[in-house]
Formats: sequence, C-alpha cells, structure tokens
Amino acid sequence: MILLASIIDSFTGAFDFILHSRQAVGSGHADVPVGGIPFIWTFARTQLEVSAIALGGALAVGMPIGLILGHIGKGEYFAVGFGNAGRAVPEIAVVFLLAALIGIGLGNVALALGILGLPPILTNTFVAIRQVDPTAVQAAEGMGMRPWQVILRVELPLAAPTIMTGIRTAAINIFATATIASFVGLSTLGDLVTGTNVYGTDGVVAGAIVIAVLAGSIEAALAGVQRLVTPRGLKLQRAARSA
Amino acid sequence: MTVLAAKSLMVADAANKCAPGLPANFCHHHETTGCVAGNGLFCFGWAADNFDRYVGPFFRHFEIVAISVVAGFVIALALALYSHRHRALVPPLLGATGVLYTIPSVAFFFLLLPITGLGLWTAVIPLTAYTLQIIYRNTLAGLANVPADAKDAGRGMGMSERQLLRRVELPLATPEIVAGLRIAIVSTVAIATLAFLAGAGGLGDPLYAQPTFKTNIIMVGVLTIAMALILDLIVVLAQRFAMPWQRARSR
Repeated sequence: MILLASIIDSFTGAFDFILHSRQAVGSGHADVPVGGIPFIWTFARTQLEVSAIALGGALAVGMPIGLILGHIGKGEYFAVGFGNAGRAVPEIAVVFLLAALIGIGLGNVALALGILGLPPILTNTFVAIRQVDPTAVQAAEGMGMRPWQVILRVELPLAAPTIMTGIRTAAINIFATATIASFVGLSTLGDLVTGTNVYGTDGVVAGAIVIAVLAGSIEAALAGVQRLVTPRGLKLQRAARSA
Repeated sequence: MTVLAAKSLMVADAANKCAPGLPANFCHHHETTGCVAGNGLFCFGWAADNFDRYVGPFFRHFEIVAISVVAGFVIALALALYSHRHRALVPPLLGATGVLYTIPSVAFFFLLLPITGLGLWTAVIPLTAYTLQIIYRNTLAGLANVPADAKDAGRGMGMSERQLLRRVELPLATPEIVAGLRIAIVSTVAIATLAFLAGAGGLGDPLYAQPTFKTNIIMVGVLTIAMALILDLIVVLAQRFAMPWQRARSR
C-alpha cells in the first residue's frame, strides 16, 4: 500500500511538473523557474525539429534508392542486408561517434539520426516494390507507360502501405534516439530525464511521460497517413482475402 | 639537483600518463601516445592494452539481453499459442504489444524508475516488452501459414488439437518463429546499450564514461555488433542442427 501510494505520488508530481512552473531543485539553480507547458515545449520543439529534419533527409535519400533498386530488381542483397545491419547498430554509439567526428549542433545530430532512419526506409521501399503484382506492372507497360510512369503511378501506390510501415519504424527510431541527443549538447527532452539534480524526480518522470506521449502521437498520426495512402483497390483485395 | 628535478618530473609524468583534458584513469595501462592525445580515429595500442575494461560490461550486457529475450520469447509464445485458439484475443494483443513497442526506451526506463528503482529490472522490463511484438506477430504468422493439408492429414491420423499443435503446427511454423527471435535478439543487443541509464550497466557504461574518445566509442560499437552477430549465428546453427529437414527442403 505504501509503495503504491509513493508511486502515485511520483506520477502526480510529474503531472504537476508538466502543468505548473516551479523552483528548480538544488542550491545552484534555486532561482530558476522550471516546469510548466511552455518550459517543456522548448525541449519538445527542439526534439521534434531535429527528428523532422532527420526523417526528411532519410526519406529524400532512402526512398529514391529503394524505388530504383526495387524497380530494376537489383541489389536485393544490399537492400535487405542494409536493413538487417541497421538493426544491430547501437544508436547511442552512432550519435557519440558522429559528434566526435564532425562536432555537435542541430545539423550534425540530424545527420546522425538521419543515418539511423535510413535502413528501414530503404529496405521497406525495396521490398514493397518487389512485392507489387508483376501482372499490374506488365499491364502498365502494355499500356505504353514509361519506366518513371510505371514507378510513380503503379508501383509506388501499390507499395505505399509497406513503405509507410518502414517510415513509421524510422520515425519512431529517430524520435526515440533524439532523446539521447541531449548527451551531445542538444536540448531535447532527454535534458529533463537526465537532469535529476535540476528538475528532481518529478521532472524526470514528467520528461518520460512527455516523450512517450509524443512518440505515441507520431505513431498514431503516421498510422492515419498509412490508411490514407493505401489505394482503395488494395483494401478491397485484403478484405476479400480475409473474408 | 638537476638530476633530482628531472627525476621528480619523470615521476609526475608517469603518474599522469594521460593526455591533457582526459580523465586521470584513462590510460591506466597505456603510455600516452600521439594517437590517444590527439583522439585519433582508432588507437589499436590503447584498445589492446585496455581491453579488460570492456570484459565485465560485455558479459553484463549479455546477461541483460539473455534475460530479456528468454522472458520475451516465453511470454510471446504463450500469448500466441493461446490466441491461436482464441482468435478474438489477437487484435487487442497486437494493439497492446504495439503500444509497448512505441514507447522510447529512455522514456520507458524513467517511467519505471519510481516503481522499480535503478537496477537490472528497470532495464529488463522494457527490453522484454520490445521483444513481445515481433515474436508474437511472427509466431502467429507462422501458425497461420501452416498448410491446411498438413493439418487435415494430422487430424486424419487421429491427432488431438494438442498433438496437432505440438507435432504438426509448431514444427512447420518454426522458420517464422525463429526469424522473429533473430530480429528480437539483434535489436535487443543494440538497445541494451542504453541499459546504463536504468542503472543496469552493460556496454553503455564504458561508452558513457568517455563519450568523446573515438577509440572507446568504436570499441563499444564493434563489441555490440559482434555480440549481435554471434548470437544470431548461434540461433541459425541451432535451428539447422535441430531441424535438418528444412535445410534439405530449401536446397
């Protein structure tokens, strides 16, 4: 009972930290107000910004490569192996190594995060294009479509759901890893969770809650996008198959 | 006099063998070389002399991964087998494991902090939770892809549902179950690098001790990837050894 009470206590403290401004913990920072929505938003905004830039970069590089390789049907070993290798790489080591090699700052952290987001996007795009029904591609070619028309108007729409799965994985990985960027000097929400001696336990748990809620929101939003970009024909086909 | 001064200078120099700006215990086994002082890309001498500082964290890392993956595998397999016969449970279980999978590990650790405190379990619980989704989904897919003919043949031989599961469905679903297990192992090894945040140690500990020294970062990265590859290889070999007929079929 006492344990339960103390757990509830620390979570109510965390919600209070999110909603209301208060004095910082520790003698060195006692006059600095911390907590409250505007305060947390400054960290959240940095994290969302750096994640968005990284995801944009990973999309701009990974999708064209995956589309072209998938269309010409070459480089399966590379595309699939790249995705598998990407899972084995410890994110924090990549962030630290890039900081040591090219320095800190939003651009450099975005580069590190973009590299980490690349494998799921490239691999899923490749696999998605390869899985497109070849008869649909042949029909498009028979109608006289040029290769880029086949890619953009047949293969891409039919591959969209699987590509979106890769983008969701990449987005969640990037956003989660952006938390760690606070170790290399970028003020993301990681500042809150690793700053016990300034923000107290309330601040740490509050940071964790905000990170989890934002990650869930990103995932939910992208799941919505995935439903939007899935062609109606594919949905009907799936419904028919499962019925 | 001058000899004494020179000698004391040498003693001082020996006591502080480290490059300026680096922690005092940094080169406890190694002379300061130009590579270490200049933070070169990879200082082989330093790495060879200081390998011992990675051994403990390496095995701790393995311990964290082993507990998490074994626990996750048992839970996910049990959930999959149960919901295989009770299909109504599939969507809620997929949803629940999906939600767990979405929580970033750093947030997960610190959300558990008020409940479990710093230590092994605060790291193991999130890592276990992450393996559930992938193993659960792959097991279900494997069971769903068992050919209906094989099941009919089993039933025709008079097998009960339990026998059918154990002797027909599970063996035929194994490739997909193992595929899920392999993904779970490899990604858990990588994520466990953050277990030091939960106070559980692992290879994140030496990494965070000197996060700007490139040789150290690369050592941790290489050891982590090596562990992932070794464990992956062990699973592949175990599968071949346990189910030789699959190799024969794919040939």
